[in-house]
Amino acid sequence: MTLLSVVLLPLIGALLVPLLARARSPLIPAIASGIVTLAALSLLLLQAPTVLSGELITSEWAWIPSIGLSIAFRLDALALFFATLITGMGLLIILYAHFYFAGKPGAGRFYALMLAFMGAMLGIVTSENLLFMLIFWEMTSLVSFVLIGFHSDQRPARRGARMTLVITGGGGLALMAGIVLMGSIVGSFNLTDILAAGDELRAHAHYPLILTLVLLGAMTKSAQFPFHLWLPNAMTAPTPVSAYLHSATMVKAGIFLLARLHPALADTDAWLYSVSTVGMATLLTGAFIAMFKHDTKELLAYSTVSHLGLITLLMGLGTATALVAGLFHLLNHALFKAPLFMMAGAVEKATGTRDMRRINGLWRHMPLLTIMSAITAASMAGLPLFNGYLSKKMFFIESLDANVISPLNWLTPVLAAIAGLFSAAYSFRIFHNVFFNGQPRELPVWPPRKPALGIQLPIILLAAGCLFVGWQAEGIVHGLIRAMATASSGVKAPAYDMGQLHHVGPAFYMSLAALIGGLILYALRERLFELYDQLPPADAREIFEWLMTRAGNGAERFVHALENGSVQRYIALIILTAIIMAGPVLANVVWYGAKPMTPADPLTILGAILMMATAFGVVLGHRNRLFALLLLGSAGLFVTLTFARFSAPDLALTQLSVEVIAVIIMMLALSFLPQTTPVESSRLRRSRDSIIAVLGGLGTGLVSFAIMTRPQDSISDFFLEQSVPGGGGSNVVNVILVDFRGFDTLGEITVLGIAAVAVFALTRNLQLKHRIPNERDQYWASNPHPLILRTMARPILPIALMVSAYIFLRGHNMPGGGFIAGLITVVALSLQYMAGGLAWAHDRMLTSFRPLIGGGILLACLTGLGSLFMGLEFLTSWFGHYELPVLGHIELATALLFDLGVFTTVVGATMLILANLGKLMTVNGPGEEIG
Amino acid sequence: MEALYAATVGVLMACGIYLVLRARTFPVIMGLTLISHAVNLFLFATGRLALRAPAVIGQSETYTDPLPQALVLTAIVIGFAMTAFVVVLALRAVVELRNDHVDGVDPDEDWRP
Repeated sequence: MTLLSVVLLPLIGALLVPLLARARSPLIPAIASGIVTLAALSLLLLQAPTVLSGELITSEWAWIPSIGLSIAFRLDALALFFATLITGMGLLIILYAHFYFAGKPGAGRFYALMLAFMGAMLGIVTSENLLFMLIFWEMTSLVSFVLIGFHSDQRPARRGARMTLVITGGGGLALMAGIVLMGSIVGSFNLTDILAAGDELRAHAHYPLILTLVLLGAMTKSAQFPFHLWLPNAMTAPTPVSAYLHSATMVKAGIFLLARLHPALADTDAWLYSVSTVGMATLLTGAFIAMFKHDTKELLAYSTVSHLGLITLLMGLGTATALVAGLFHLLNHALFKAPLFMMAGAVEKATGTRDMRRINGLWRHMPLLTIMSAITAASMAGLPLFNGYLSKKMFFIESLDANVISPLNWLTPVLAAIAGLFSAAYSFRIFHNVFFNGQPRELPVWPPRKPALGIQLPIILLAAGCLFVGWQAEGIVHGLIRAMATASSGVKAPAYDMGQLHHVGPAFYMSLAALIGGLILYALRERLFELYDQLPPADAREIFEWLMTRAGNGAERFVHALENGSVQRYIALIILTAIIMAGPVLANVVWYGAKPMTPADPLTILGAILMMATAFGVVLGHRNRLFALLLLGSAGLFVTLTFARFSAPDLALTQLSVEVIAVIIMMLALSFLPQTTPVESSRLRRSRDSIIAVLGGLGTGLVSFAIMTRPQDSISDFFLEQSVPGGGGSNVVNVILVDFRGFDTLGEITVLGIAAVAVFALTRNLQLKHRIPNERDQYWASNPHPLILRTMARPILPIALMVSAYIFLRGHNMPGGGFIAGLITVVALSLQYMAGGLAWAHDRMLTSFRPLIGGGILLACLTGLGSLFMGLEFLTSWFGHYELPVLGHIELATALLFDLGVFTTVVGATMLILANLGKLMTVNGPGEEIG
Repeated sequence: MEALYAATVGVLMACGIYLVLRARTFPVIMGLTLISHAVNLFLFATGRLALRAPAVIGQSETYTDPLPQALVLTAIVIGFAMTAFVVVLALRAVVELRNDHVDGVDPDEDWRP
């Protein structure tokens, strides 16, 4: 529970802080974030005694057991160290950010994102379930994307953010694949099981693949060569982000993963060679490039790359002492790199630039910052007695013992010393260049503003930390680092021989050589810069951008090739696919079933021939649109007759009313569209379409025939039997609609309502008035509201409404019901609109239509819910028979209420559609909205 | 009768498909309507053809299958809602795009009278 709250606290904080950001004082969100972080930190520290004594705290809740995902946390010394680093550093960053963002917008957003990031990082380091961890892993990639692109109005920020997302996100995908593979081999995603199954994993045929995938994840996150590119480009982020994500936390996630999965994957040649080679390459590349960067943050970024390489190299060597050295250096790196980043930010705030060719001699203006930076830079350079010296010396000792390529064993220490030399040189540079080295040149802000004490406070605390670790190194290595190494490797780490750090031996001379060489290198810097400038420019950023642009263009071309905006093509492809998929299957079907055919009577034959003729007529005459529309209407009437002929009175009634309204709508639309369709398709295309159409028609017809001639085996007997006793109605179709399958009907009326509201929204600002032709052609009537129609329409309305009420009430037992009654009402009402004009009819409407839709759906839902109160299933109906005066025998059923809901929705939705389409027609129609 | 019915469904479907493959909005809308007719008739026919046997208890000797009828009834109403929506979409498109093409061609042919 504690662990869950440690992770949840910052995540919840991230949601709440934006609410506080509106507060007048910028201090409030800062304090809130600080409190949240402090709470998480305290919870963690409370666990420290238990954890450091070697106990493992775990807690687990099931989430999706079928895929092995659970909400599971674990806290051992390794996790505790990282979690403390994340929260502790977070607290200092919040303090720093409060002063950094003073007078700038966006602090509230920053705190929220930072807390979200903190929660995600805590999730990574405390997850017991690896699938669960992946969620946080991805979350850090996403949040860092937003944080790096914090100044989203600046192009470099967007590019840097995108590069980070592509590289770390891609690595995340690889890691996911690796974890899934591991989980499927071990049979569990829980770390305890995976770490225990190291031998099984290493012996497995997929081990090289797993290793590659997991390393890809770790290396991209920890900016290892050649994926280190994103880190310098991420420097477009605000400095608190750089100090937090890019020196202390996110970039350490990859190293954490290497340390965490050590028992499962390490101790093989493949691990040794791949991890240590990558580490060495990163160490050298980073150290070399850092020396030549003039931007303080870029120098620090490359230096971070180099230090991460160093730690990775130690992880690759994989011995117990190398683990101790690596984890110790990780602590030291966080302690000296974060304050240097903060210094760079403070200096930028004071002078307006990060260019070291211009910032010089600041010691006069900020003496306190000078002293603090001296301590941290000395630690980074590896000056004796500082913490950085100790861990770097540990590294030199390890490099001497490293048995990587036996005849070339001397290579590792030599390369290590060279890297140390560059590292010393750039450490001198960032300190000396900024605070000494003559006078400032053309600073954008002059004189430099004095940095606030608050912005220096976290720097002071971290510098003190550097001194403290250097002073108490033995206790820290034995008390903390050893426990971490034990937790990481799974076997008890032997006590580290701290005495060898004070020996004057080969490692001492390596350190000395690196320091002296670094001094010489720094003294020769001007000459070196000139040489470096002559190197061919290989801007990796440009190469990356070029690749991204190529990939983007390629994808765009591909999409355009597939999706050319032609509905014609899509529909043709869909239908062709259906024909190709279904064709071969249908070809083997016996077309004629066992059921004898019904004899055909002349009237039906005539109807069928006429229906086919109208369909052909629509196709042949579709260029003359009004003519085709009239034929289409008659096709609909023939469909109605078909339903009526084949014992479906309800369908016939529905189809009839729908047909009337649909034709009205299409006619309304036609008045705004061209009256004719020009000949455009080529002959070839028309023949192609005809073939597709014939194949489609043939298939449908044959399947239909095959079904109809087979004997029937339906579930409908149940409905027929239960209709009267169970549903209380003798019209089985209606009983199915409002009772047996009432839930379906509820869905249908909801869809109808949505369609109507969509029509309302689409017609809302539609300006079509100017499209009404001034000179109507011969088909259109010149008088919009003829007198006879107007006179006749009014008396028709009450009659129609009465018919509608009758149809509605008898619907449960005789053909009819809510749908049909609703449609009849709509036809009667729309006649009023046509006869009297929109404004006239609209003024006489008692209600607007949208509430009808909502009310109808609500009524249907409530009827359904009512049965829940009676302890029955949703939408169970109830009915009873009554003798009422005047009306006589009547049956009352809750299904009637449901049907009333259907009725209301149908009326509301259809009227909303019609009235809004009709509104488009009126030149001087009602100004206000209809509906 | 079944053969005749099947032929009608096939013809409606074929005409519908040909029309939805046209290049302008209005024929496509008409094609969709024909296809809905074909599909509704098709679904209806899965209950087999029965004469004088409506599924109203006590009205006839035998009853036709009521279930496809219930399905088709809602399909008709939904089909109507779809038609209305597509019609408005076509109107909207003609205003926004200044033409009624659906074949990917996008000329500015505002045929305002």
